[in-house]
Amino acid sequence: MDFATLLQVLDSTVRLATPLLLACLAGLFSERAGIFDIGLEGKMLAAAFFSAAIAAITGDVWMGLGAGILASLALSVLHGLASITFRGNQLISGVAINFLAAGLTVLIAQDWFSQGGRTPSLIGAGRFEPIILPGTAELAGVPIIGPIYAELISGHSILVYVAFAMVPLTWWLLYRTRFGLRLRAVGEAPEAVDTAGVSVVGLRYVVVGICGILCGIAGAYLATALQAGFVKDMTAGRGFIALAALIFAKWRPWYALYACLLFGLLQAVALRYQNIDLGAFVVPVQFMDALPYILTVVILAGFVGKAIPPRAGGEPYVKER
Amino acid sequence: MDKMPGWADAVLVPLISLLLAAILSALVIIGIGEDPVAAFKLMVDGALMRSSGWGYTLYYATNFIFTGLAVAVAFHARLFNIGGEGQAMIGGLGVALACLYIPWPNWYVALLGATVSAALFGAMWALIPAYLQAKRGSHIVITTIMFNFIAAAVLNYILVNILRPQGAMDPATARFPEAAQLPTFQDMFSTAETAMFRGAPANVTFFLAIFMCLAVWVLIWRTKLGYEIRAFGQSESAAKYAGISPVKITVVAMLISGGLAGMMALNTTMGEAERLVMNATEGAGFIGIAVALMGRSHPLGVLLAALLFGFLYQGGAELALWTNIPRELIVVIQALVILFTGALDNMVRMPLEKLFLASRRKA
Repeated sequence: MDFATLLQVLDSTVRLATPLLLACLAGLFSERAGIFDIGLEGKMLAAAFFSAAIAAITGDVWMGLGAGILASLALSVLHGLASITFRGNQLISGVAINFLAAGLTVLIAQDWFSQGGRTPSLIGAGRFEPIILPGTAELAGVPIIGPIYAELISGHSILVYVAFAMVPLTWWLLYRTRFGLRLRAVGEAPEAVDTAGVSVVGLRYVVVGICGILCGIAGAYLATALQAGFVKDMTAGRGFIALAALIFAKWRPWYALYACLLFGLLQAVALRYQNIDLGAFVVPVQFMDALPYILTVVILAGFVGKAIPPRAGGEPYVKER
Repeated sequence: MDKMPGWADAVLVPLISLLLAAILSALVIIGIGEDPVAAFKLMVDGALMRSSGWGYTLYYATNFIFTGLAVAVAFHARLFNIGGEGQAMIGGLGVALACLYIPWPNWYVALLGATVSAALFGAMWALIPAYLQAKRGSHIVITTIMFNFIAAAVLNYILVNILRPQGAMDPATARFPEAAQLPTFQDMFSTAETAMFRGAPANVTFFLAIFMCLAVWVLIWRTKLGYEIRAFGQSESAAKYAGISPVKITVVAMLISGGLAGMMALNTTMGEAERLVMNATEGAGFIGIAVALMGRSHPLGVLLAALLFGFLYQGGAELALWTNIPRELIVVIQALVILFTGALDNMVRMPLEKLFLASRRKA
């Protein structure tokens, strides 16, 4: 493999890791506060559709992004209602949200555009265009560093940079602010937070909202930056890979970045090479597809370091009387 | 505290949830500019008014009975088996291997053998998540989700690279031999004068599904193992105190659940397609969640809910054929049923409970 190919694979790793990273951080906020969310997939899908649809209608990708975030937030509120207010089963609520998004997006797409459940292709201002960072031209002549800067660091859409900036931001919010302390506490021992006079319900709703916004950006990225328009089921299990990455990262922001980059690399390699011939044997593409899930099961099994979820995860909080 | 009567809990709450889901679905249909009453009429016409419509309704219902029972058995042990889809896929592999490589003398021996094989393969696919949950505390919901994706990759690999006949393009096995093909309702119920269930895929597996309803009822409410499963589901600490092994119950309940999910493939693979195709499960593994929730994890409830979803599926296909309403409407209805009967259960239950308590206080 030559240097140019390697750069291309790494470049597509960054592109493919971005939606995973946004969704993974979304899940991180939610699960750290004790709300399991297997509805990441559905929220991304809803956001992908509404961002593409509104961007196609208005021709303005920022309107699309807004609509995507709103759609994802609406599903978040539903999840909050079910799992916080009515103390229902958070996992079942997530399943319902996934199906709701899968069905409604196609239904509305067919009604609005009559193109078999897809949106028209986005052109011009309807898409997030790559940003050429300053200095690309100047560095172009420098060997190795020049191409790396041009391919890998510069030339991505704004949302990619947002996603990567979210990692230190999440870390800071979680470990260096009062809000973050309360957030982590509410996922471990909500009764303690309640005793301290902080509203468990309010805090959890805020966190579910943050999760919705991040999933909204992830979905909008899929439909308006990575691709040019919405197609049926375009999230293709990314919400679950993000969930896997979250467990892989043991619910920590920096590790989430590494896990998402790893899973993004696997996707990029599977996309570029169908079957990988290692000489002695051939690695089938299906194995590459399944690898994130297999790795997650191994991690969950606790054979390679134990993944311990937040203690109060999945449990609705009932105030003692 | 007083409780509301059992019948209200078992019948009224699901019915109100269903009503809410129906109202919202009607609003969705109005939202996309169609007439919900006409749509419902069309669904009833297509699914229930002709014997061939019934043939499709019962065919879909058969799938949902198996996967619904699978989820229900796990629910009794307070385990959420979201992996029915993957277990059914691998179950299909069991069916295909049994049908292709064992020379069966006739269909009923073949059905027996394939049933055992499907159940074994499905159970095997549930074993690792069950073991990890029981021994290492890995959350079964996450592991079974992961196993769904792994199952899809495994099946894809096996169909494309191993079981696909030479020269064939689509990833599917060869057609099963004659002796391993099941009689359909058309073969069974048609007389010389009138053809019944013409062209419909419903087949003898339906009766196997009914039998499994009965078997699950006996298992859960009439055997020691069933008692232990329910006790474990009600309270793990109490069960432990009574000498019930949590590891054993978790593994056994998941094996039964996976086996039931695997048997679903009999209907689609042996009964209908007569070969194993890539998407043999048709999403039934997930519908099993809705069916089990609506059926309150009781075999009779599962049967009724499966029939309802069979009707929705066949009716939805008719809608897609004759109107501008895509099949995805069924996915929306399914989501609403899961939402109201599962996640928002308390929203329906709490006011109802208050109502019952208030009326009792007056009396």
